[in-house]
Amino acid sequence: MGTNRRDFLKKTALLGTAAAAAPYGFVRTIDQAWGATPWIKKGEPIKIGLLFSLTGGLAVPEEDSTLVMQYAIDEINKNGGIAGSPIEPVIVDAKSDFNVYSEKTKELILRNKVIALFGCYTSASRKAILPTVMAQNHLLYYPTCYEGAECTQNTICTGPLANQHSQDLIPFMVKEFGKKVFFVGSNYVWPKESNKNAKIWLEKAGGELLGEEYIPLGGSEFGPVLNKIRDAKPNFIFSTVVGASDIAFHKQFKQEGFKVDTMPIASLTTGEIETRAMGNEFGAGHFLSAPYFQALDNPTNHKFVEGFLKSKYGKNGTTHYNMEETYLSAYVFKYGLEKAIAALGYDGVTPRSIRDHSGGIKVEDGISPEGLIWIDDQNFNTWLKPKIGQCQADGSFKIVKQAAEHVAPDPYSIYPASGKCTAKGLVAPDGKVRTNVI
Amino acid sequence: MALGSFFGSFDISAFLNALILGISIASIWLLAALGLTIIYGTVGVINMAHGEFIMLGAYSSYMLQSYFSLPFLLCIPASFLIVAAVGLILERGLIRYLYKRPLDTLLATFGVSLVLMQGVRLLFGSDPKYIAVPTIFSSNVQFGFVNISAFRMVVLGITIGAVVALWALFYRTRFGVQVRAVMQNKEMAASFGINSDRVYMLTFALGAGLAGLAGSLFGVLNIVLPTMGSAYVVQAFLVVVVGGGTLAGSVVAGGATGELQSIFAYFTNDTFARFLLFVLIVVLLRIRPQGLFAPSATRR
Repeated sequence: MGTNRRDFLKKTALLGTAAAAAPYGFVRTIDQAWGATPWIKKGEPIKIGLLFSLTGGLAVPEEDSTLVMQYAIDEINKNGGIAGSPIEPVIVDAKSDFNVYSEKTKELILRNKVIALFGCYTSASRKAILPTVMAQNHLLYYPTCYEGAECTQNTICTGPLANQHSQDLIPFMVKEFGKKVFFVGSNYVWPKESNKNAKIWLEKAGGELLGEEYIPLGGSEFGPVLNKIRDAKPNFIFSTVVGASDIAFHKQFKQEGFKVDTMPIASLTTGEIETRAMGNEFGAGHFLSAPYFQALDNPTNHKFVEGFLKSKYGKNGTTHYNMEETYLSAYVFKYGLEKAIAALGYDGVTPRSIRDHSGGIKVEDGISPEGLIWIDDQNFNTWLKPKIGQCQADGSFKIVKQAAEHVAPDPYSIYPASGKCTAKGLVAPDGKVRTNVI
Repeated sequence: MALGSFFGSFDISAFLNALILGISIASIWLLAALGLTIIYGTVGVINMAHGEFIMLGAYSSYMLQSYFSLPFLLCIPASFLIVAAVGLILERGLIRYLYKRPLDTLLATFGVSLVLMQGVRLLFGSDPKYIAVPTIFSSNVQFGFVNISAFRMVVLGITIGAVVALWALFYRTRFGVQVRAVMQNKEMAASFGINSDRVYMLTFALGAGLAGLAGSLFGVLNIVLPTMGSAYVVQAFLVVVVGGGTLAGSVVAGGATGELQSIFAYFTNDTFARFLLFVLIVVLLRIRPQGLFAPSATRR
């Protein structure tokens, strides 16, 4: 983990001194611990923290995130690093445990002094670490889809928000299959918020919601839910079921005799990795809305897929939207840091200053496998083009629809009363500004 | 919200479907619990590695199917045998030294569960696997206005088969008499010439095998992962605790919990159903801490 022994001892000693000096016998901020030491030095490796789960229930998507980050870092380093300095990842295992996420966050910031964190897959773990990230005025790259309704000064998100996801998917499904829909989700914050969003688009598309059911996170018994769906007879199902549950859901859907041609599942999460895990015959015919699919037909994506699968990191044999969003975050970081160094010099760069310089950053067609994206200069989420794919018999997705324009990220789209997320904080309709709202 | 629709939409055919589904859910709960029950009931070991035995069953089926192209229906009994063999080795190599220290078996089997999980991860990687099922099982059978999926019927059939076979084994064979004698009083049984060591060994292997059988079926319904066991082991322990650790108790407890889960979910929703079920179980255990069918007090 650590780079060298002496360095580690020195830092530990420093930390210890600072800890003794701190009022509550504990280091409260990174500034107290490190004093005026600059975050990065010219020519020395730039440390970043990869905070994903390599074991436990979340390992399936998150191990891929670690692998693709290492791939991206190798690629960036091979092409000269960031302003001449190589990136050095500090890899930890968060063990799918929220307490470990939070512990490792402190460790990465205070002990390893990484300049940015890349991590988390579930909103629960993100919410577990955000208080620490904010208290240290640090920087978290959150590289996956999420529900929004957050406005902090310390995050940059490269995945789609709830409003970007369902805006096209719901009208598409209503038009192709009919008005009647049944919502099924895992029982936690992301599916519930996503469904609130989907209801807005459903109403606009003239659809009708027949029922809404939630399954405990990790639950694998879909019998009662499928019974209700059978009675309700919807034209399609909108699913925000995640992880192992999602696989159980698709398998039982088929085994209970439901037919994909007459009642497909439209999902926000069932991508290549899930279909491979459930077996292609269970995924075939269903729909997914995501900004990226392995099957995207463009030279950059071909290069990304081939390069990754051939590299030592491509051992799982597939790419998927979550990986691509993670890959993008490495480049968003690179460009943001380069801008910050150009503006402030090496000594002046802090995690927060990287974020301040990241507004409007573009990852161009030639780098971004999904095509041009850019970071919103107000809420630091991503402008992207959501796409709808239909799973084929071989487990790959066929793109059936692509948004014509980039869709703006709007973390408060369903809470207009809360206000607008801006670079200064959440601005309420009455003009009051609140920073760091989670 | 949940209670609002409690009596709002009562539909007799849908309710019948929920009842039938309850039986099928019950069979899954029971299948997960059978092996745990007989190991606990006979050997007295609380087997913390039961979930990993289930996981091993799923991986056995996966391995036999994708490496040796064994037909699916043969994978099921083969998984039983493979995991029974693992159980046997474990009992001989570790558990038997701990019979006099029952609390330590808890720790030891927990350690075993970690070893098995990491071992499988090293061997197969942590990416999910799947067990392919013949298309004949991926269909729905209609009886009048009652629907049931073919694979759920397979699970139900195997569960009934396993219960009947266990009953016959325990109450109709010489081995069964020995098992029950050892359960009542190990030393007394030994003094009558019963090889209690052998009985323990075989019962442990049998319990492990049943977990393997369950895992092979659960792998079809769900995802095959090194961590999959934890999803079922809670249900299994629940059934054993409510049932009191006997075979009959587990059958009743498995049936009741599965049926209640399905009926509650029919009237409300899945999440609320779980909540109600757990409240009921807490109340029941407050009234009868020993479970529904507690073994006699003379035990051991």
